[in-house]
Amino acid sequence: MNIIVCIKQVPETTQVQINPETNTLIRKGVKSIINPFDMYAIEEAVRLKEKFGGKTTVITMGPPQADAALREAISMGIDEGILLSDPAFAGSDTWATSYTLAGAIKKIGGFDLIICGKQASDGDTAQVGPGISMHLDIPQVTYVKKIEEIKGGSMRVERMTEEGFEIIETPLPALLTVVKEINEPRIPSLRGMMKARQAKIATWSQKELGLDSERIGLSGSPTQVIKIFTPPQRSGGQIIPGETQEVVDKLVELLKGEIN
Amino acid sequence: MDYLLSEEQKMIQQLCRQIAEDKIKPVAAEYDKTKKFPWDIIKILAQSDLFAIFVPTEYGGTGGGVLDLCIATEELSRACGGIAVCYAASALGTFPIILFGNDEQKKKYLPDLASGKKIAAFAITEPEAGSDASAIKTTAKKQGDYYILNGTKHFITNGGEAEVYTIIAMTDKTKGARGASAFIVEKDAAGFTFGKEEDKLGIRASATRELVFNDCKIPKESLLVKEGMGFIVTMKTFDMSRPGVAAQALGIAQGALEAAVRYAKERQQFGKSISSFQGIQWMLADMATEIEAARSLVYSVARAIDAGTKDISKDSAMAKLYASDVAMRVSTDAVQIFGGYGYMKDYPVEKYMRDAKITQIYEGTNQIQRNIIALQLIKEMAK
Amino acid sequence: MPIQIIIEKCTGCSLCIKACPFDAIRIMDKLESSGSASDSRSHKKAVIDLDKCNLCGACVPACKLKAVLLEKAETAAPNPSLKDYKGIWIFIEQKQGKVQSVSYELLGKAQELAKKLTTQVSAVFLGNNVEDQLDELIWHGADNVYLVEAPELANFQDEPYTNVLVRLILEYKPEILLCGATSIGRSLISRVAVKINTGLTADCTGLDIDPEKKILLQTRPAFGGNIMATIITPRHRPQMATVRHKVMQPMAPDKRRQGKIIRESFDPYVYTSRAKLLDIVDEVETLVNLAEADIIVSGGRGMGGPENFKLLEELAKVLGGAVGASRAAVDAGWIPYSHQVGQTGRTVAPKIYIACGISGQIQHFVGMSSSKIIIAINKDPDAPIFKFATYGLIGDLFQIVPALTKKFKETLRK
Repeated sequence: MNIIVCIKQVPETTQVQINPETNTLIRKGVKSIINPFDMYAIEEAVRLKEKFGGKTTVITMGPPQADAALREAISMGIDEGILLSDPAFAGSDTWATSYTLAGAIKKIGGFDLIICGKQASDGDTAQVGPGISMHLDIPQVTYVKKIEEIKGGSMRVERMTEEGFEIIETPLPALLTVVKEINEPRIPSLRGMMKARQAKIATWSQKELGLDSERIGLSGSPTQVIKIFTPPQRSGGQIIPGETQEVVDKLVELLKGEIN
Repeated sequence: MDYLLSEEQKMIQQLCRQIAEDKIKPVAAEYDKTKKFPWDIIKILAQSDLFAIFVPTEYGGTGGGVLDLCIATEELSRACGGIAVCYAASALGTFPIILFGNDEQKKKYLPDLASGKKIAAFAITEPEAGSDASAIKTTAKKQGDYYILNGTKHFITNGGEAEVYTIIAMTDKTKGARGASAFIVEKDAAGFTFGKEEDKLGIRASATRELVFNDCKIPKESLLVKEGMGFIVTMKTFDMSRPGVAAQALGIAQGALEAAVRYAKERQQFGKSISSFQGIQWMLADMATEIEAARSLVYSVARAIDAGTKDISKDSAMAKLYASDVAMRVSTDAVQIFGGYGYMKDYPVEKYMRDAKITQIYEGTNQIQRNIIALQLIKEMAK
Repeated sequence: MPIQIIIEKCTGCSLCIKACPFDAIRIMDKLESSGSASDSRSHKKAVIDLDKCNLCGACVPACKLKAVLLEKAETAAPNPSLKDYKGIWIFIEQKQGKVQSVSYELLGKAQELAKKLTTQVSAVFLGNNVEDQLDELIWHGADNVYLVEAPELANFQDEPYTNVLVRLILEYKPEILLCGATSIGRSLISRVAVKINTGLTADCTGLDIDPEKKILLQTRPAFGGNIMATIITPRHRPQMATVRHKVMQPMAPDKRRQGKIIRESFDPYVYTSRAKLLDIVDEVETLVNLAEADIIVSGGRGMGGPENFKLLEELAKVLGGAVGASRAAVDAGWIPYSHQVGQTGRTVAPKIYIACGISGQIQHFVGMSSSKIIIAINKDPDAPIFKFATYGLIGDLFQIVPALTKKFKETLRK
């Protein structure tokens, strides 16, 4: 099975804090990591390769430092990494991003499966995966929590819903977005890390991809950000003092109106 | 301090630190309580190629050396000395095969040990033979194409869990020290059973068990080198593994120190954090300095071994002696810095003290280490 | 160069740096020499790191000297005449034939927005045998309902729903399309937006109409809620947005309202799906569905073990609420993931959120920050949760929670 995994390098949001004076994000010294949901995508691709054989490729669209994310994926067992990087891609919204990634996937060709994480922890839109499948005109299944079976050119999966899950069968090639429940991402192996260090990561720019310049970057983005601000901080209220029964009585008094 | 590690050694350090933080730390207290063998962690170490780092590449390893093993052991011990020793003890049980095995024996056992599919153990200690290793009573009698083993080993780390054991037994009592031989024995050998599992003060995640040989029949190909080589195999093996025990001690000490510094910063008494008191500062300074000195010694010895230095026994003994004494001092001081909380099982620091103690005892008590050092010194001076 | 600093105007005052959410601007020394060696002055100028810059434009208005030049490229792609697009559409989500509450909330908001645009609100409803739901849609704000019924559309599947929705949009040209940010909505609308080549903003917490340009202003959180962004889709139609449930308010149903039903049907091939839905498995929730609950009692690391969650279940039962959990409790295996509230779990917006033994890290906060009243019960006075809880109780939850249960039982019975 030839599998392509799409990942994104994001800031580690657990560390992101607001500068209280300027009300903006403090991004100094914040580590860059692979988007947490993408780790599950990488792991699933490696597991499928171990089971069925084939080639796995990881791609990402980002600045040159996103190379580190690709190498980390290789250290977990992915065969090859390709970086899509070009100043022309800057300012892309999800439409332009999915178009660019789809363009790279078309160039790689010969794939059976594309796996993406459910969403990225910085944008949280969950739009790029479905966007890619639309650009490639292949079926998609989102929120996949388990791959039950792959047989004869089609795949049966469990798709997580708010109430439980659905069982869906899709022909290949297809695109999946995966959720945490699907697996436990492995710690890289030493041999994997050594391979990642020596790996040659190809960088494709607009020149190699030959995309429609009106559909990439800022020009290709139908949405535009016009304002960024910090949300009004929710301020703390009061501490209710007293012994257990005292605070309980006071709280019930405060809340009882809201309950009925 | 920067020890000018190679790229690969840095990778090992980074990988082990990640495993220690993400996988071992969250479960260390639980394993300490239940004494369950940490197979989950062993699997992760195996999958990360960490059992391969001390095995030659021809047999499935990555061809690293003692320093690589020390770095790995130290990082894992920072999170839990007990879980780390399951790993280090497998290295101990693998060294005899690496150093003395013939090609067939190496081909048979090393690939599985390198992949972590099987783990190893080393068994010399007996109820009547601790420091006095020559007093072992387990016998191995040649019978045609087999040896028959009879006797009991005890206090064997990884006992009962390992599949591959290096056993030291007497083949000829009349020859004294030259009458012992080393054998590779597999877990499912006929007549080989396991006895008591010990309930220990510390490193409770590791299995410490009795091995019972009752007319245990093993093929003659299990013999390492030839009869009479038993104690030489033992001593050379310990020369290689002593830095590993020292590294375990270093890791425990480092973990205890970090816990103590963190706590000292948070704990407020007399209107300020106790880390602002000179008394505490001096304790922390001494602890940190001793650890760094121990680390320098351990890494230097490990490097020397990897460079092929002969006659490494004295230095190897010094590393083990010093690092383990430092670990005991540092972890005790760490408990002291925690004050009353240090004594409570709710807080992680008392475990470091319990875990540190064994490093002064096993793989040659520190008293035996001092004997080794002194005798070597005197021998050198006599020239 | 899409963005640049006009060096001559820049005085290095750093106002732009303060405005930049991506830490992409630095002040650097730019030496200026007027020719003679002894007359070099060093000036501090702002420099933009193009690798980090996201072209969001926050620095442009921040610079009082107008020294930042951001070129917004004009798209040369053929733009359909925007004036042809009229009306606000709501995609109505149904499961097993029943309309989901988020759709009513969006109809309510749509009516509000429609008044500012003097236009109509239409519901787009796909399903099978769903005629019985039409009145409710109209009563809740739909002026029109575009109804497409077919057996193949009984349950949501990506491809048939995408095909139908795309055709409807191309035919009837709404200017705005809103949809619930649910597992259905997010899968479906992302595909539709790409096919139609238009803009989509996910998880909006605010929607409004720009009074001058008459376009949709879409506000949403990013970086786990640390910052908010307002987004527009200036040159593409329809302007699409998904909204999480419980963010908007439904209008009170007005049974006097009338509406038009427009039935559409398509050739069978439009309804085909390469993927097949084989089965729907509902996992039994023993208590009220977390996402819909108005009252949630949630437990964290301070609960200490799975058996203690019974205390929270009892309190939740008395209050008629659901039980939630922080990631710590779920990861420890004390309670299933379906109860997890937070960045990697569910987002909830109940009236009352009672957090027991939860420290209140940002990852949990983003999942429940929209709660109207937050009550924190924790023995650690320094727990971050006390900074944003409406009411804080510092104490032992194992004493407080049973006492609360008892007191509520008495009080609510009255």
